[in-house]
Amino acid sequence: MSFVIKVGLASCGLAAGAGEVYEAILKHIKENGIDAEVKKTACIGMCFVEPLVEIFSEEQKSITYGDVTPESIGNIIDAFSKGKPIEENVIISNVLEGSENKTYNKQERIVLRNCGIIDPVSINDYLENDGYKALEKAVKKMSSEDIIDEIKNSGLRGRGGAGFPTGLKWQFAFNAKSEKKYIVCNADEGDPGAFMDRSVLEGDPHSVIEGMIIGAYAIGADEGYIYCRAEYPLAIKHLNIAIEQAAEKGYLGNNIFGSDFNFELHIKEGAGAFVCGEETALMASIEGKRGMPTIRPPFPAQSGLWGKPTNINNVETFANIAWIILNGAKEYAKHGTEKSKGTKVFALAGKIKNSGLIEVPMGMPLKEVIYDVGGGMKTERPFKGVQLGGPSGGCLPAELLDTIVDYDSINKTGAIMGSGGMVVMDTSSCMVDIAKFFLNFTQNESCGKCTFCRVGTKRMLEILTRISEGKGKMEDLDTLEELSHNIIKSSLCGLGQTAPNPVLTTLKYFRDEYITHIKDKTCPAGVCTALLKYEVIEENCIGCTVCAMKCPVNCIAGERKQVHKIDQDACIKCGACYDACKFNAIKKG
Amino acid sequence: MKFKTEIDIAINKFISKKGVLIPLLQNVQNIEGYLSKDLMSYVSEKTGIKLAHIYGVATFYTMFRLKPQGKHIIRVCKGTACHVSDANSIMNEVNNQLDLSGEEDTTKDGKFTVMQVACLGCCSLAPVIMVNDNTYGKLTPASIGKILKKYE
Repeated sequence: MSFVIKVGLASCGLAAGAGEVYEAILKHIKENGIDAEVKKTACIGMCFVEPLVEIFSEEQKSITYGDVTPESIGNIIDAFSKGKPIEENVIISNVLEGSENKTYNKQERIVLRNCGIIDPVSINDYLENDGYKALEKAVKKMSSEDIIDEIKNSGLRGRGGAGFPTGLKWQFAFNAKSEKKYIVCNADEGDPGAFMDRSVLEGDPHSVIEGMIIGAYAIGADEGYIYCRAEYPLAIKHLNIAIEQAAEKGYLGNNIFGSDFNFELHIKEGAGAFVCGEETALMASIEGKRGMPTIRPPFPAQSGLWGKPTNINNVETFANIAWIILNGAKEYAKHGTEKSKGTKVFALAGKIKNSGLIEVPMGMPLKEVIYDVGGGMKTERPFKGVQLGGPSGGCLPAELLDTIVDYDSINKTGAIMGSGGMVVMDTSSCMVDIAKFFLNFTQNESCGKCTFCRVGTKRMLEILTRISEGKGKMEDLDTLEELSHNIIKSSLCGLGQTAPNPVLTTLKYFRDEYITHIKDKTCPAGVCTALLKYEVIEENCIGCTVCAMKCPVNCIAGERKQVHKIDQDACIKCGACYDACKFNAIKKG
Repeated sequence: MKFKTEIDIAINKFISKKGVLIPLLQNVQNIEGYLSKDLMSYVSEKTGIKLAHIYGVATFYTMFRLKPQGKHIIRVCKGTACHVSDANSIMNEVNNQLDLSGEEDTTKDGKFTVMQVACLGCCSLAPVIMVNDNTYGKLTPASIGKILKKYE
């Protein structure tokens, strides 16, 4: 029986050891003369059980195995080829009970339609899955106005975070009168805790390129740039290969599909600056300057790259375009809510069972995303909060889990949809610490142009640090709020305008925790080290000296078989004793 | 400058094209390991781009390094998912193992440079570090020693 074996070889898979599994498969089928085709694919989505291997037969029987090792793969292949597939570690399958069959079926995949299915560096795989058919339809049968109307009618909004209607943006760029126009793809996915764009670029680069070419045709651009962060080497590699292939087949270059439409596409690697995700800063960076935002207007649609009209969209936005052109605006608008159409890709991470990449229709309540699609909490500890939108977003508590996923509903809570990072936290996370973490990030990444963003975030960080050390005052909370509102009002770009969100939302929903830090000088989650105290529980201590040996500052006294004691003045609160003790004899509080 | 010929080739590849300063600096940094004052002056001289502009760009982006760096680069991820999975203890352990205080980032023997990065995008494997181009996930402080040994 002949069959196909696919291995997920995106960044996460490789980090989990998928490369070794791939080698083991090649070796095994060669040594045993098994008639199977081995294919590479990218992100299958269930990162929590990487490495993932899918096996499917000519009769369309498909089984995806998780947690595969070079040792286990031989048996899996042999059993499948004998028609008696192994039933352990089955993640998704159409013939067997897979642990994630249910959660997977709740998803609707438009952006990720090819991710984890095709070989991302094979243009033929993409073509077999309706690739470049949308471009052909657009160039041969549609005018610029037709395309822009179609995108407008689909209700697609910018997936980079702010949610501006894409069709309208294209209209502005189309209306601008100029011989030269540019189209830019923002792939500078800088939000910590977000990896949607990386997965799409690694897993289906042609879908983004096709979306860009259609956009260029619609607005009248003949040159484009993909600005990708340099931290994503595999994404850049796949993009380079895809651009070369598209040029070879004539989808890039001159006279595309025999028309007079010409289009040239370049990749620009970022150099590590979060602010470059902001469109004016991004364009400055492409021009080879410091990535500092500039005042708008003029908007990029009037004067963008090198002063020419420019249209900028995010990776996920572009990945939607070909699907919309091919299937029609009406079909797309069937997904989602009244004002937020389509689907949204989320990167689930943190203390959630099924961390990985998912795509759900807009309008799904957060509860369903986390518990039904995400499988619920990973640890025994209860849910505490979910962080949406990275450093520009906010933390929402359990009471708000009925909020539905759409731009307007999430904005009402004080968080933002953002690009799609969703980090789930249990009671082991301290909200003051989380606010401090994000402020530290935006403080570092502020370009320094606007005083309120540059100095204001620094002052806020100092206050938060003080609170986390038990030196805060109740007035500090008012100061934090006042500073937040001023920074929002007085910053030029999105970075400053949203930087206080993590502080404002935690103050709003987890205020008690701030008060406990200030008044009781304790950290309920046990995270803020300055407020921690490690003590020996005398009745549990057997005097084994393991903790004393582990202590890096030698502050634990006690002979063998005697109860130990920690010198509180000398203790640096590293927690080494707590981790080392096998008798639960160290109390952390 | 140790590799003048290679640097000349790199510069010539970019010269007189628009908006090339960042990739040009990335290229020459890859050759020399870091951007020394001499190197930046040389690029300025060759391309006609003002030294102040080059220095401005080099100091703006975190990828550019103005000091020599170790043979192996360790990137410790401090993204949100890693942070809530105790990336701090991973950072401390890396520094401990390499005998680095918080202020220095390169070991005395020039073998390792340790950096904090905002997010490597492997959030489901948190906490994560990257040594050169290899990513290691689901770490505990106890697993650090074994990883570093591979590069000694």
